[in-house]
Formats: sequence, C-alpha cells, structure tokens
Amino acid sequence: MRSIRPRHVPHGRRLLSSTTATSPVSVTPITSLLIANRGEIALRINRTAKRLGIQTTTLYTDPDASSQHAACSPNAIGLGAANAYLDGERIVTLAKLHGIQALHPGYGFLSENAAFAERCEKEGIVFVGPPAKAMADMGDKARSKEIMTKAGVPCVPGYHGGDQGEAELLGHAREIEFPVLLKSVKGGGGKGMRIVMEEGEFLQQLKSARAEARASFGEGGEIMLVEKYIVRPRHVEVQVFADKWGNCVALGERDCSIQRRHQKILEESPAPNLDDATRLDLWEKARTAALAVGYVGAGTVEFILDKDNGNFYFMEMNTRLQVEHPVSEMVTGTDLVEWQFRVAAGEKLPLTQDEIMQRIQERGAAIEARIYAESPEKGFLPDSGRLVHLATPKTDEDIRIDAGFVEGDTVSEAYDGMIAKLIVRGDDRETAIRRMERALREYEVVGLSTNIEFLKRLCISPAFIEGDVETGFIQKWESELFQPLVAKPEVFVQAALGLFASSAQAETGPHGQSLGFGQCASQRTYAFKSLDPLVTGEGEIINVSVTQKGHQLFDATVSQKDQNAAEYQGLVSTPVPSSQKTSLTTFFPEARIEATVVQDPNNDNKISVFQHGLKTELSLVSPVWYEKALGIKEATASVVAPMPCKVLKNEVQEGDAVAKGAPLVVIESMKMETVIRSPQDGVIKKLAHKEGDKCKAGTVLVVFEEEDVSTT
Amino acid sequence: MSFSRSSKDLLALSRQLTRAPRHSHAPRCASLRGASPAHSRTIASYTAPYQASAVSVIQSNVDATSDEFKENERLMAEAMTRLETLTRAAQQGGSAKAREKHLARKKMLPRDRVAALIDPGTTFMELSPLAGHELYPEADVPAGGIITGVGVVEGVTCMIVANDSTVKGGTYYPITVKKHLRAQAVAQENKLPCIYLVDSGGANLPHQSDVFPDQNHFGRIFYNQARMSSQGIPQVSVVMGLCTAGGAYVPAMSDENIIVEKQGHIFLAGPPLVKAATGEEVSAEELGGGEMHTSVSGVSDYLAVNDAHAVVLARRCISNLNWPKKAAPPEASYSEPLYPESELLGIASTNLRKPLPIHEVIARIVDGSHFSEFKRDYGSTLVTGFASIYGHKVGIVANNGILFGTSAQKGSHFIELCAQRGIPLVFLQNISGFMVGKEAERDGIAKHGAKLVTAVACADVPKFTVVVGGSYGAGNYGMCGRAYSPRFMWMWPNAKIGVMGGEQLANVMETVGQKADPELRDRIERESDAVYSSARLWDDGVIPPQHTRRYLGLGLRAALSGKNEVKPGDTRFGVFRM
Repeated sequence: MRSIRPRHVPHGRRLLSSTTATSPVSVTPITSLLIANRGEIALRINRTAKRLGIQTTTLYTDPDASSQHAACSPNAIGLGAANAYLDGERIVTLAKLHGIQALHPGYGFLSENAAFAERCEKEGIVFVGPPAKAMADMGDKARSKEIMTKAGVPCVPGYHGGDQGEAELLGHAREIEFPVLLKSVKGGGGKGMRIVMEEGEFLQQLKSARAEARASFGEGGEIMLVEKYIVRPRHVEVQVFADKWGNCVALGERDCSIQRRHQKILEESPAPNLDDATRLDLWEKARTAALAVGYVGAGTVEFILDKDNGNFYFMEMNTRLQVEHPVSEMVTGTDLVEWQFRVAAGEKLPLTQDEIMQRIQERGAAIEARIYAESPEKGFLPDSGRLVHLATPKTDEDIRIDAGFVEGDTVSEAYDGMIAKLIVRGDDRETAIRRMERALREYEVVGLSTNIEFLKRLCISPAFIEGDVETGFIQKWESELFQPLVAKPEVFVQAALGLFASSAQAETGPHGQSLGFGQCASQRTYAFKSLDPLVTGEGEIINVSVTQKGHQLFDATVSQKDQNAAEYQGLVSTPVPSSQKTSLTTFFPEARIEATVVQDPNNDNKISVFQHGLKTELSLVSPVWYEKALGIKEATASVVAPMPCKVLKNEVQEGDAVAKGAPLVVIESMKMETVIRSPQDGVIKKLAHKEGDKCKAGTVLVVFEEEDVSTT
Repeated sequence: MSFSRSSKDLLALSRQLTRAPRHSHAPRCASLRGASPAHSRTIASYTAPYQASAVSVIQSNVDATSDEFKENERLMAEAMTRLETLTRAAQQGGSAKAREKHLARKKMLPRDRVAALIDPGTTFMELSPLAGHELYPEADVPAGGIITGVGVVEGVTCMIVANDSTVKGGTYYPITVKKHLRAQAVAQENKLPCIYLVDSGGANLPHQSDVFPDQNHFGRIFYNQARMSSQGIPQVSVVMGLCTAGGAYVPAMSDENIIVEKQGHIFLAGPPLVKAATGEEVSAEELGGGEMHTSVSGVSDYLAVNDAHAVVLARRCISNLNWPKKAAPPEASYSEPLYPESELLGIASTNLRKPLPIHEVIARIVDGSHFSEFKRDYGSTLVTGFASIYGHKVGIVANNGILFGTSAQKGSHFIELCAQRGIPLVFLQNISGFMVGKEAERDGIAKHGAKLVTAVACADVPKFTVVVGGSYGAGNYGMCGRAYSPRFMWMWPNAKIGVMGGEQLANVMETVGQKADPELRDRIERESDAVYSSARLWDDGVIPPQHTRRYLGLGLRAALSGKNEVKPGDTRFGVFRM
C-alpha cells in the first residue's frame, strides 16, 4: 500500500484519537488527475499535484487555447466551444479514454453538479470532492435547510417549498415579511438572486431572477426560495474538511462581507470583531452541518451573521474548494488541495482540530483580494481585453498570488473576469491589511479596467480597518470609497517624459543636447485628458511642455485650467523605454520619483501612469487634424455597447418613445447581465442588433431619431 | 566532454615544462639555463592598451583659478551675453503683431514647425541664425526671414528650410536668397534630403535687382532643386502659406509636396494680378488652393488639414525615401573629453594678441582628449594630428602661432595623409597670417604657403572649419576659409575675420601715402567682427565655444551619414610647387 504523505508529518499524528487501527476504508493514492477547470484554480491544483508527483491533464476550450492553464500540464486536451467546460459527459469520456484515475473539478463549472459526481463514481473515476449524495443534499437549498434544522443548525426563516406559482411565492414572502431575498435553489455566486424590499416589485424581480438562474444553472434553476432579508448582515463562512473515516475539522472561519453584486472581493480570516464563543460555536455548527450530510472532502458552510444581535443562520454549504480557500491555507499553514487528494485517496485528515486551533493562534491573520476585470467606478461593470502591462508584487511565504494570466494574455468575456487573487498574511489583522495595501500598490495592470485602485481604497478605509464590516459595506461608504483623486502635476510630467522617451531615438551622441545660442528648438507639448471615471463630464485638458536640455536633462511645465502652471527645471530623468511602456526614475527638485508609463493606443489612446503606488489614467488628446484627416465622425444620438457582450434582449422597439433612464437593451458579459438604459428622452430609430448577437465594445446598439434642436 | 588529442598533448607538454626546473639533470633544462637574463635579446615586453593610449592623452595645464583665466572668462561672458541676446531676438521672428496674426490663422510658427518635424531627442543644428543682422537700413530681417538647418527626420538627416512669413511676409531679401542657397549647397555637398516648409510671398520687389537677375539669385534655388533631384537627393515641399510666382516652383520642382488646405496657395500670379491681366475674378482658394491642386491640377500630392497634419505627412514622405541608415558609432566606443568644455570660455581670449594654447582647445573637443599628434616638434606653430569626435576619426589642423614654411609643409603633408586615408579634416583657425620678411621670402614662404593652399583646396574629404580666434590674410586660405568650401564653418564669439587687423590696415594705408582716416580703423574692426560676418553669411553661425564638439559631431554626422561615402585616396592634388 502506497500513500502520499508529507515527509515532515509523522505517521501517527495524522491519526485522530477517535479512529481505530483497523481501517474500514482502503487507501488508494491518486497518481493521475484530470483538472476539469480553467484559469487560476486549474493552475493552483496543478501546482500541488505536481509537487505530489501526480500526472496531470488539463482541458481547454477555443478561447482558452493559449491560456496558462492549458500550458501548465504535460497533457492538455481541447474541448472546442467556450461552454465546453460544462460538458460533463464529454469530460468523463475523455478521462476514461486517457486512463485518468481521478478528476478535480475546481470551483464553478461542474464542481457542484451532483449528477456529474455520480457519473464519475459510476465510471470508476475518483471525483475529488464530496459524495454525490452529500452534494445533492446541500445543493438543494430547501432540502439542506430541512436537514440542518433537524440537526440543530440555525436557519434563516424562509420558504423553501415546492409552491412555485408566482402568487404562492408572494404569499410566502408576505408571511416571512419584507424585505425578503429571492434565490434560485441551484444558486450560488449571486446569480439568480434578488433582494425585494417591498411587495410591489416582487413579481418583476422574481421573473428577472428566474431568467438569470435558468441561464446560469440550466433546467431547474428557476425554482426559487424566499428568505428573510437581514438588513445589516455579515457573511461569515467556515472552512470544513471531512475524511472518509468520519472525522471532520473546521479550518477557521472567513469573513467575506466586503461584496459587490453579491460577489466577494475581500475575504479574511479570522473574522474581525467576533468573540471566541461565537467563533467556536460557528465552527461547531459547521462541522455538525457537514456531518449531517455525510460530507467528505473540502467544504464551506456559509452563515449569515446579524450584526445587530450577533445571531447567525445557516445559509448554504458550498460543496467544493472555494475561491477564497487560500485565506484559510495561510492562517492554518496547510495545502487544502493536498488534503483533498489525501482524503480522496482514503487517508485520514492530517491535522486534528486542536492542532488547527493552535496554528491559527500562531499564524495571525490573512486576507485575500480578488482582482477583477471591472470598473468599480462604473457600477463594477465587467471589462475584458488584453493585459498590455502586468506587474505584480514580489511573492514570498506571506504574499501569495494565484493568477491565471500573464502579461500579453487576453481576459475573455466568455468567462468570469477574475484576473488573480492576492493573498497576504500578517501577524495581526492590521498588519495583514497594511501589507495588502502595499502589495496592491505594486500591482499594475493596463489593458482593461480593474478594481485594484478600489481595493487600495478599501484597505485604507477606517471602517474596514476597524473591522466594521457588513455586506452592505460598499454602499454604506460609497462617498468615501469613490472620492475622485487629484493627480499631482508630477504625474503629468512623468507621463510626458515617458512618451518623449518612447518616441525618442535611442542613439544619442551629439544629439539630444542643447546647441548654440538662444532657445532650443526642441520644446514639445503633450496634451492629456484626465480619464478618472469618478470625475463626471469631459475630463479637463492638461498640457505638459517638455524641453530637452541635455541627455536625460529636461525642463517641464504643466499647465491646467484654473491653476498656476507648475514649472520644473533641470529634471534629471532616466527613462528605460520598451515597446509600449517606459520605466523612469526622475529627480524632481526635492524628490526622486519612479514611474511606469504604459501606452495602450488601441484603447482610447490611454496612458497609464503608475507612481507612488497609484495609477492615473490619462488619454492622449488627439491632434486637431485627427478627426478630419481620418474621416471620423462622432456617432451622435446613439447608444453603444460599453463592453464586449451578447445581446440578451431588446427592451424597446423601433419607433418607441422612451424616457431618459428607461431600459433599452439587456446585454450579457462575463456571465453578468447589464441593462443598458436610455441616456436621453427620444424616439428609437433603429435597433442595430437582434437578440443573441455578439457585439464588440463600442458597437452601436440603439440609434435615436435626430432630435429637433430648434427648441433649444 | 573530452579534450581533443592535440590539446591533451599540449597539456602534457606544459606539465613537462613546469616540471623541468626541478629535475636539473634533464637536457632541456640545460638549454633553459643557457637563456639567462644577462645574455638575452631585448624581449617584446608587454604593453597594456591603456599604457599605449596614454601617450596620446593631452595633459592640460589650465589653471581655472588664475587671473588670466578669470579675465578671459569675464570678457568672453560679455561676448556670449551679446550673442545670446541677439540670437534670442532673431529667433523671435517678426514683430509681436505679425506673430499674433500668424497664430490667429491657426498657423504654427516656423520654429514650432521645425520642432514638430524633427525626431524627438534629436538636436536641430540651425545655420546662421544671425543672418541679416543690421544688414538693411530700412528693415529688420530677423534670421534673414528664413530658418535653415540640419535636422533628423524619421532617422534621416535632412536639410530643413523654413520660410518665416512673420518677417516681411516671408519675402526674399538678398540675404534670404543667399541663406536659402547656402542651405541647398550644404544639402548638395552632404547629400541631405531637403524639406522646404514654404510660406513666402516670393521675391522682395524693392530689392529685385539684388534678388532676381544674377547667377546666385532666386533662379538658382530651382536650378539647385533640379540638379539635386537628378543626383538622387530628395526634394520635399510642404506648402503652408503663399507660393507665388517664382515661389510656385519650389513645390512644383519638388519630388513630392504636401499642401495645407485653405492655407497653402500655389499660383504663378495671385488674384490681384490675374484681375489686372485678364479681368478674371477668382479667389485664392479657387486659383491655387490645396483641394484644387491635389484633385484637379496635380501640382500637389497630399492634402493636409493643418500645419501639424502636414508635418506628419512630411515625416511620412521622409520615411518612404528608402534612405540608407548607417549606424552611428556606438556610444560605448568613445568617451567624452577629460576636461570640461566650459573651460574653453576661460582659455579663449577676446584679445587676439594673446596666444591661444591650441592643445588646450583640442583637449576639450576630441574624444577622451586623445590626440595622436603628427610631427609635434617640427613646424610647431601648426598643430596636426589624429583624433576622434563622437567616434568619428578626424584629422585636426590647428594654428598655434604664425605660419612658417616648415609649418605649412607639415600641414600639407598631414592633409595628404588624411586625403589618402579618407579621414575628414577639422581646421581650428587662429591665424594672423604667414610669416613675412626677408628671411621668410628667401625660405620660399610663398611656395610653402601655396602647397598648403593646394592641399586644402584639393583634399576631397569633408572639411570643417572653426574660427577660434583671428582669421586673417592668406592664413584664412591655408586654413580652409569660406572660399575653400568647408562643409561647415563656424566662428567663436571672440573670432575676427579680415584681410588684416584694423590697426595694421590703417598703418598700411598711411604708409602707401593715403591720408589718415580716423574712421577707417574702427570700421575695419567692426567689419571683422564675428556677428558682422555671420550677418553676411560668411560663416554658418557664431557658436558657443563649449558647444564646438557638439557642432563638429553633428556636422560629421551630416557629412558621413546617409548616402555619403568618403573614399580613401579619391583626391587628385594639383601641382605642388617644391
């Protein structure tokens, strides 16, 4: 009998006192593995598998053909269409065909598909996850609640039954009392979920939730449950792990209250401002929940914690490894994927509950930030595109990056927009947050919008540092979190110097120095427009004039409307230009300032300046002749797609008169629905795309009749 | 990995050799002992490269704290300030009102056009910015109403000629013509593609007799364009304003031209003249606007929206010249001079009677202050030797006193060497003339001087002249004055040029019986001034001494880059009088 086991853990320690030497379970080590997922989680699973000497095979679809996860394993199998990661039948067949022993589903996709888990079991493939039965029990929201109630785990009041008529559901909602929450029984990740504040909007929200759930989870997704909505809730979850020997441990809890669109963006462990009694109670209830369904493997029991009274209720159990599992790994010093393999092989849990508690006490706090391709400033609108520039903080045992992309990769709109996870550990919570903020300052992305700047703001928000968290945190502190940032004139100087360097000839010699009497003819002006999305209206124009006085010696003047010009003389700047970006170190009169200036000409002439750990986005103003010479005409009176998307539904028809703010088109991008609303009162002249059409960002969706301006 | 057989053998041999001294009975050892130091030949002892190169380093003896240095510096500073003021004034172009009017038409000022045209990070080497200074009593013509210079466009070193329409509407004064023709001569000699930024009302009519009829007048511009085009030197015009009458031929004679819509106009006769001649009433735009010329007449090739767009199109034209790009010497291959170039301001004197230690000047111009001096101790009033400037090898011929027969002969010899080897020549002029007197004449100073003049005139390598002090008499000829077609000729602010000094000239006049004219001496002094010279285009500009290295570097690039080729031994010398 051969088993994978860490060398440093003595055999005996793995045994829990409750188990006996006679094993009811045989241990069969995992030797080959199919990773049925993509992106960072596929890479992360592969990393542990590789360390344990497991042969891995990854899968890829057409848009993922050149992705990092496809390239990380010695064997990669192509699946074709973008949605093929969901094609369980095909994946099982491939695993059998290639003689692969086990399958790790990661998170999302097939990870919580009980039918698929069952199918694997039937085909003799080890499914690295819970038994299908446990998954099915927990996957059905209503059933899980029944089981939990029976086992003594507190649940949120609600209706989880089979009356799915609209009127019946409304009746149940009334019983529970508004506000209520509508969720798909198959739901997760915020999809198919709606808060209904008052009775009047119930039916409309129900329809919308059902539509989204069906699109996300397929048949059966439209079955809804109704729950009491807690006004100041915290999201606290417990990482549990169970083996086939009947042992179950809690690897601490995670607070994931910082959310947007019901999706987590900051997750931390231990949860702040939680007394030990509650903490241990949470752990206990979570273990009870897992054992109640005969759980095996990694799972997360989610609770909703009422901030006002400290009560917590069982929400659901995620029967998979979660996105935020590294937080628990960091505070417990474990590799949960390794644990998964061991448990799947039939081994016992490597640590006891006491040992885990000991470790948590020693290891302090960990926090994870999810770096998303999105614009927090535009309501967290998803984005996609090429990573023109990517610089990441240096990693060590306390700073970890789980990423699925490298510079030059494209973040496709076909999948979730998470670019990476940044996980940081510190001896206490405040240190962890400070280190996170520092690490974020070194995280640079150009090519698509990201939430990095927003995450930095979260990390310095006093309320967050206090641990005053709740799921409504972002709305509550909106005005503070979305304060426009005033860029210093030095930023503009660096932008101009960066552009100068990128276009200047590398050869120097007698060139690039001042010459002769009088003025030097090499003064150039760079006009920038601020692209801060938090500043409403047209960005103001900033002119920077740069005069080269010698090799690496410059004068610069920044002039802005309503401001005194900032003049700098004798700047010593050492630019290192490469294709699209320039790193510079400039000695200003009183400071040495480093910056990276990245050009993204295919994206609105965008210039991104990273300086002092902050990103400033500027647009290089087009010359006066540009539009005329290129024959560009501003498409007036039209609405364009804000991102690459698929048109789900046209809400209006040609000839309709609409008011400002009325929904025009529903689009889907990065698995999220977005309603495009009318920017004006007007009459629809043309709907450019029919339902199901795929559009690039900037494609005209709706054209209005030219308005008669004689009245104004 | 294994050693090859031969290297194994070598290894074995070396082991034997090292072992040998310990076994004194070995026969080989006896022969070794025979080669004892006492009986040895002179061995080729190792000289490290840095030791070898140390012989060429010029040791400076300048004391920057000495009174003389400080006095020189003070006087030079005055001269520099004057030049700075004059140049800045000239660079302003026309009157404030004219400039405002120009800008109100959304036109770029000519210097901004030039700045936008050249590559970022490169330096525009302007020619004669003081042309036309105090030249016409009735009019101020800053920079001669035209900006000319060498600039790098899309990596190609080009000649740029830009009319300044804020100066008398960009009309051609005689000095404007001369400056335009000089720019073309520089372009032709150095094979530089020409870019004309045209914005001119044509010949200045009141001066027509000094502008129109003669050989080197207005017509020569088009002659040059045709000849240069025939020699494969591209001619590109950008019409940014008027191009009337003769001026119309600048774009028309160009290989390619660009016109700015509703701003550039090309016609042989403008609307007023047309009306006078035929009674036809027509607008300028209809008669010769960009849209008409690019779509109907075909006089122009590209239509630009505005000046900035036109500059972009001109750069594109240059990028399509398929012009050869020679790699400049890599920066690592040369080093800056060992001594500060700014010390030249304390070394050079405005009092030309004081000797100027020319080695100190050379030490502040050439790479690493390395100078391989040729015939150092013979004819030492003329210093000759090889050096490099920004990695380009040059031969330097520099005055260090009055020219004697020996110095002239040495100079001729050295010039022959450079011509034979295809090495460009740099002349540093500070010469009051050849030696006079009975002994000198008997020594044949005339024929020795003639040798030098012959050598300078015939040497077919790029020549560059910098007047660092006086440029008097036949010394000017022997040291490659303007008449000897140096590719570029620059003057320091302290420099003077004339057949002889003002005082001597007055004395000579008195001696030959003329009545003493108290004004004469002052007038001659005034006319010998560097600014006076530059205003008349006797040189290519007055330059700050500390920029001499840069000017020479840029001049060498212009003369050696692109299609230029200096072939060794191409020169055919005339008869040297022996």
